[in-house]
Amino acid sequence: MTEATNTPLTRAEKRQARRIRRFDNPWRNPKLIWGIGLLLGIILLGIIGRILWNLDLVFTGSATLKLPPVGFENLRRQEGVWDYPLGTDGSGRDILALIIIGAPNSLFVGLLASLIGMSTGIFLGFTAGFVGGRVDDVIRVISDVMITIPPLLILVVFQSSFGDVSLTLMALLIAGFVWQSPTRLIRAQVLSMKQSGYVQMARLSGASTGHIMFREMMPNLVPYLFGSFIANVTTSIVTAVGLEVLGLGPQRIPTLGRTIYEAINAGALIQNLWWWWGIPTLLLAVMFIGLLLINLGLDEVSNPRLRKLS
Amino acid sequence: MSRIPKEYIINRLITLVLTILIAATLIWIIPRLSPVDPAEIALGRMAAGAGTVENADEILATLRAQMGIDQPMIVQYIKYIKGVLLLDFGLSTAAFPTPVSALIANALPWTLGLMLISLIITFIVGNLLGALMVWEKTPRLWKVAIPAAMVFTSIPPILSGLLLMWIFAAKLQWFPLTGAYGLTVEPGWTWTFASSVLQHGFLPALSIVVVTFGFWALGMRGLMITVQGEDHTTLAKAKGLKPRYILYKYMIRNAILPQITAFALKIGLLIAGQVLVERIFAYNGMGKLLYDAILDQDFPVIQGVSYVIILLTALSVFIVDLIYPFIDPRVRHEVA
Repeated sequence: MTEATNTPLTRAEKRQARRIRRFDNPWRNPKLIWGIGLLLGIILLGIIGRILWNLDLVFTGSATLKLPPVGFENLRRQEGVWDYPLGTDGSGRDILALIIIGAPNSLFVGLLASLIGMSTGIFLGFTAGFVGGRVDDVIRVISDVMITIPPLLILVVFQSSFGDVSLTLMALLIAGFVWQSPTRLIRAQVLSMKQSGYVQMARLSGASTGHIMFREMMPNLVPYLFGSFIANVTTSIVTAVGLEVLGLGPQRIPTLGRTIYEAINAGALIQNLWWWWGIPTLLLAVMFIGLLLINLGLDEVSNPRLRKLS
Repeated sequence: MSRIPKEYIINRLITLVLTILIAATLIWIIPRLSPVDPAEIALGRMAAGAGTVENADEILATLRAQMGIDQPMIVQYIKYIKGVLLLDFGLSTAAFPTPVSALIANALPWTLGLMLISLIITFIVGNLLGALMVWEKTPRLWKVAIPAAMVFTSIPPILSGLLLMWIFAAKLQWFPLTGAYGLTVEPGWTWTFASSVLQHGFLPALSIVVVTFGFWALGMRGLMITVQGEDHTTLAKAKGLKPRYILYKYMIRNAILPQITAFALKIGLLIAGQVLVERIFAYNGMGKLLYDAILDQDFPVIQGVSYVIILLTALSVFIVDLIYPFIDPRVRHEVA
């Protein structure tokens, strides 16, 4: 596009030009931007909400029961009021305050669990790939075994026997089930990279193992790691919400899953109290869609072949 | 069995046995680390029923002896593992003295039935849509609509279940809200029962289908892109075969096989997701059994349900791995 032409471009040419420009900077990927935007929105809701909104409304009985959001009417013909813009639940808690506290919590559990799982995975994967031998066998067998066990069921046993757990403990427990896939992924990559020219080169020039791991190999793993990280965040949040919907999550802090649990138990579906379960559901859906978009976007950033197809 | 090397089978068998053992051990160890004493729960239940309980200490001792928790840990563990291998989890404490295995035997057919139906539908719908995403002759509208629908894949089935339940059961009342069959219907091999089961199963199955088809569709899309560029497809086109014929007989037939291994990777999450769907629909399966057991603090049932589901997952992964070379002769297992 160096020569300046006066003839107006046809539509197809314009589209192509736009595409080429888009290829220049793969990070300006619409999917990625949308995904990050959605997640930032939830984080902002948590931050701004904490500043602007009265969070004491999250306690039981702080408002009239079962009020609808503004602009709607419930079965008792009560109209929504601006004091509780998103309505209230069956025990008089303000839904807005609930989601301001609950939504970032879910994200926090997902990120923390995934971060721990990821670090464990990086450590074990590198160890298995580098040390090899017996250590490799043990790590490989354990991760093969653990990958078939659904985390939800073990955690159900845990939480039903221990009772109340804190949010952090729940994240730690979930982290025990999300390290397998990064471990396997990194092990396989390390094994193949060990044979590659540049790693051999580094080794011959006397680089330390640490240098080879973090300076030579790690940068090549970043796209895989990101993808695996985001997938693990999703799995962790799904598991956490699953536990909460079974009534097993943290009992003292509001979470989105627990709100849904209470709504189902109170028959909110039949009573047409859609805001009670619907708003947490919507937020969770936004969170999952955001994570999916980030993952798809990252795929396209790291794999240019996919970009051509869309 | 000539196609699978013996080492591979032995390797997979060891993994399978280890999976089952580790899962069983975890399920056994966790409750023993907790401060909760099952004998005290049982006593508490008696006290709640009778008002007061005399000589509580003696009853506690008897209960402990009955439950076998007065014995040394290692004896308990060996007994437990023996029982678990025979699918014997002891007696339910909430529905005393029903054996846990009987409760699970009642619930399992419902779960398996629901899972099988929703899996078959998702597999067909997902793969077909995935293939249509790549096929040149797909109408433009479909090409836009399918990727848009893909967004739902990220949502766990419990959320889609709630939404569908609200729209079709609570608002429109086309389908019943909860349960696996009508309260007034007598279970048996009758038409009324069958239609009631179908009606009740529709929404739970649909809520699983709408969020899982995208997984297959995305996988199929990738495979179809590869097949599309292969020589046999070009040849079929050059021969002037009907596009639809090429799609089914040349492209999908070749692309669909690796999808079956994808199933093995996904099955654990699928079952866990379905357990939650059953809980919100109060469907008479393992999910409801598990949820009720959690409410009643019925540990034998919680352990039994968790164990059986993990067992099913491990077995199906094992079977898929083993039969795969027979489905797709191009694949040969390497000896690790």
